[in-house]
Amino acid sequence: MLLNIKNLHVAINGKEILKGLNLQVNEGEIHAIMGPNGTGKSTLAAAITGREGYEITKGEIIYKGQVINDWTADKRANEGVFLSFQYPVEIPGVSMTNFMRTALNAKREYLGKPQMKAGEFLKLMEEKKKLVEITAKLTNRSVNEGFSGGEKKKNEIFQMAMLEPTLAILDETDSGLDIDALKVVAKGVNELKSNENAFVVITHYQRLLDYIVPDFVHVMYGGRIVKSGGKGLALELEDQGYEWVKEKFGEE
Amino acid sequence: MEDKLSQNKILEDVTGSDYKYGFVSDIENDAAPMGLTEDTIRFISKKKEEPEWLLEFRLKAYRHWLTMEEPDWALIDYPAINYQDIIYYSAPKKKKELAGLDEVDPELLDTFNKLGIPLEEQKILAGVAVDAVIDSVSVKTTFKETLSKHGIIFSSFSDAVKDHPELVKKYLASIVPYTDNYFAALNSAVFSDGSFVYIPKGVRCPIELSTYFRINAANTGQFERTLIVADDDSYVSYLEGCTAPMRDENQLHAAIVEIIVMDNAEVKYSTVQNWYPGNKEGKGGVYNFVTKRAACKGVNSKVSWTQVETGSAITWKYPGCVLMGDNSVGEFYSVAVTNNYQQADTGTKMIHIGKNTKSTIISKGISAGKSNNSYRGLVRVSKKAEGTRNFSQCDSLLLGDKCGAHTFPYIQTSNDSAIVEHEATTSKISEDQLFYCLQRGIDAEKAIGLIVNGYAKEVLNKLPMEFAVEARKLLEITLEGSVG
Repeated sequence: MLLNIKNLHVAINGKEILKGLNLQVNEGEIHAIMGPNGTGKSTLAAAITGREGYEITKGEIIYKGQVINDWTADKRANEGVFLSFQYPVEIPGVSMTNFMRTALNAKREYLGKPQMKAGEFLKLMEEKKKLVEITAKLTNRSVNEGFSGGEKKKNEIFQMAMLEPTLAILDETDSGLDIDALKVVAKGVNELKSNENAFVVITHYQRLLDYIVPDFVHVMYGGRIVKSGGKGLALELEDQGYEWVKEKFGEE
Repeated sequence: MEDKLSQNKILEDVTGSDYKYGFVSDIENDAAPMGLTEDTIRFISKKKEEPEWLLEFRLKAYRHWLTMEEPDWALIDYPAINYQDIIYYSAPKKKKELAGLDEVDPELLDTFNKLGIPLEEQKILAGVAVDAVIDSVSVKTTFKETLSKHGIIFSSFSDAVKDHPELVKKYLASIVPYTDNYFAALNSAVFSDGSFVYIPKGVRCPIELSTYFRINAANTGQFERTLIVADDDSYVSYLEGCTAPMRDENQLHAAIVEIIVMDNAEVKYSTVQNWYPGNKEGKGGVYNFVTKRAACKGVNSKVSWTQVETGSAITWKYPGCVLMGDNSVGEFYSVAVTNNYQQADTGTKMIHIGKNTKSTIISKGISAGKSNNSYRGLVRVSKKAEGTRNFSQCDSLLLGDKCGAHTFPYIQTSNDSAIVEHEATTSKISEDQLFYCLQRGIDAEKAIGLIVNGYAKEVLNKLPMEFAVEARKLLEITLEGSVG
């Protein structure tokens, strides 16, 4: 099993957001996590990736057989955990190329591999840029600076392609995307998918799941996963909305 | 691409978080007795075999200095300096006259090698002429001959006094008179060496000229003077670097730089200042009180000051441009970093006198630890300065919540046609930016380095390539340990 989350409780500033969440993800699987706003979906992403301020008060995150509760965010990243951000941040003055090279070499250093040669790196960039239909113009600019919403999300998938994670979490990657950009993002994910990695796709809408077909769909509510099922569950949610979830599992 | 590669190389290079230039060289010194009197000044002047007029100049400056008060308007705080506790002249003892590089004291060469100064032959081939000033005297000026073919004079200040007294006499203190300020008066009284540059009419200096300053001996003050004269239609790019050993006591550095730019001439002056900043508790470090000023005397003349200030316990420095010639241009690009207990009060003065003069000020302050970082800048437009334009941008970046950033812009315009713009921002490295880097596997220290370098890029890009590499490296070293 790649990821095993057991009875996870996470608090921000003492306020409990995740309240006993369980999730198991195997290699080769795509999991969709759906649910209304404010149920802790992004908190789950932050907790798995080790963001500061998200305190695990109870439970365990087990990744590749190891409890990673205490691992730093960069260690988790270098061990293959990737987050496609809902709101990618701008870093003025730092070119995408430089940023990516720094990230890639940080990972190689962590793994005890030599730094990637400039030529090799540029070739890899070209290859991966094509995958998400990013133009050269974009990688010469500062990280996310002046990128449109769609470009930012494509850029996240581009970085994912460069870093080849084992576990990728896509936090509302579809929000703010037009259908063409959505297809590009989905194509990127599908091409990266293998028997050795897994994806956790956080989304509001079933729309994305037409293109990235999940093996499992989980409904999150009140800091827990309240219902799991196959891809049919997403359609059901699309059809009925989240009202029934609230009714069944209680208003917050 | 070159740019990005080198930056990565720097990231690899940076390992230790301590001041790397803090070693002390075991060189025998020839020094003046401690303290300052007229006798000290006569001693220095005699040691340097100076003409009478220069001794007179020094003495006048000293007598004027005695009547002055140390300024206290800057946002810096330090215990009173005891000017009698300082050695005002210290020279590495020469064994004999030097004929070539091979004969330079190996210990000294070793010092320069540690500093990474391109004094060795192979680096000379790289095309950098270096005037290295250790403590008080200029040790060796390379490339003199190549330059002299173009009629360019690049020598130690002392040699210039001997070889070109008429030029020195004409321009010395013409931009910064000894009455200018307390530290300028002190420097004028006791300055020991420095560099002199003269670029004749119509000559573009084919190489970058570089001076490396270093304080080595204990209890020594360093008071160097740099005088650059760019005659009509000439061009020169000048680099200045500084380091000092780690010592518990504070060391005083009070320098003067004067630049004179004639018609259609251009001077680029770049500084990477990395004097010892003191330890993490604020003990020791260099007090850096510097007066730098350029006069754009000619029409269409241009001066650019680019500075990267990472060192010194205290920095008090306002490189200025007096834009006298019509259409003359002054530029000031600055990155000032303070960490731990460092204090910097730095900025510029742009004095618009000629018509259609333009000035640009880009200042990037970065504060970390418990440090204080102030931008202080003056833009003055005189009555006759029709069509003046100024643009100032002063950005402050805070790392942590125990440091301070301040901006003091002074704008005085006496001409209604002037367009003066001032923009200021203060930002913090956001937790979002940091997490974004961490999530990509970049550790916190590297992430800070990356973000800060990006923030300062606009200024770093103005530096000559070789210097830019060093500057980026320095920014990272300076800020190491400032996270968490």
